Amino acid sequence: MNEFLLAAAAAVMITVVLGMVRILRGPGDADRVMAAQLLGTGGVAALLLSGIARGRPASVDLALTLAVLAAFVSIAFVKGAALAQDTAPRPGDDA
Amino acid sequence: MSAILDLFTIVAVSAGVLFFLAGVVGLLRFPDALTRLHALTKADNVGLGLIVAGLLPQAGSVLVGLKLMLVWLAVLLAGATVGQLIARVARRAGPQP
Repeated sequence: MNEFLLAAAAAVMITVVLGMVRILRGPGDADRVMAAQLLGTGGVAALLLSGIARGRPASVDLALTLAVLAAFVSIAFVKGAALAQDTAPRPGDDA
Repeated sequence: MSAILDLFTIVAVSAGVLFFLAGVVGLLRFPDALTRLHALTKADNVGLGLIVAGLLPQAGSVLVGLKLMLVWLAVLLAGATVGQLIARVARRAGPQP
């Protein structure tokens, strides 16, 4: 059972790292931050799987911390995007 | 009883990994930002939910099981909020191929 859980953790991390190709290709900033958010969730899943498999319940606390911090990444991105839009003129503006 | 619980773990965790795989395929292959966000939230909510459900029988104690549920609830709440916010930014940026 533990080997299965570790293999599942590895599978999740491999798929999430494949998804990081989206960070390189873009095209928009939103696409890039989506891949980063998937990395956060995948990291949470892998931490839970490997922590339970190796009998270290403390990693569940680590996963909880990572889940909260990964949410703040996207919140910071949205706030930054709103700031950039307020200061820079939009393409359709006359001014 | 233990064999049934182990079987449940294997089925649920495998389904969760499958959802992560489907989410990544959608993130890489779907045509625009909003459809990619749709694929991503499925991987977030359902994929992690299935993995947590599969881990519950292996948790060993009630406290660890409750913490696992708490992790999933935190990710659900964050995913629902952040999905709306990112969709607003993507929509304001306009359609991009």
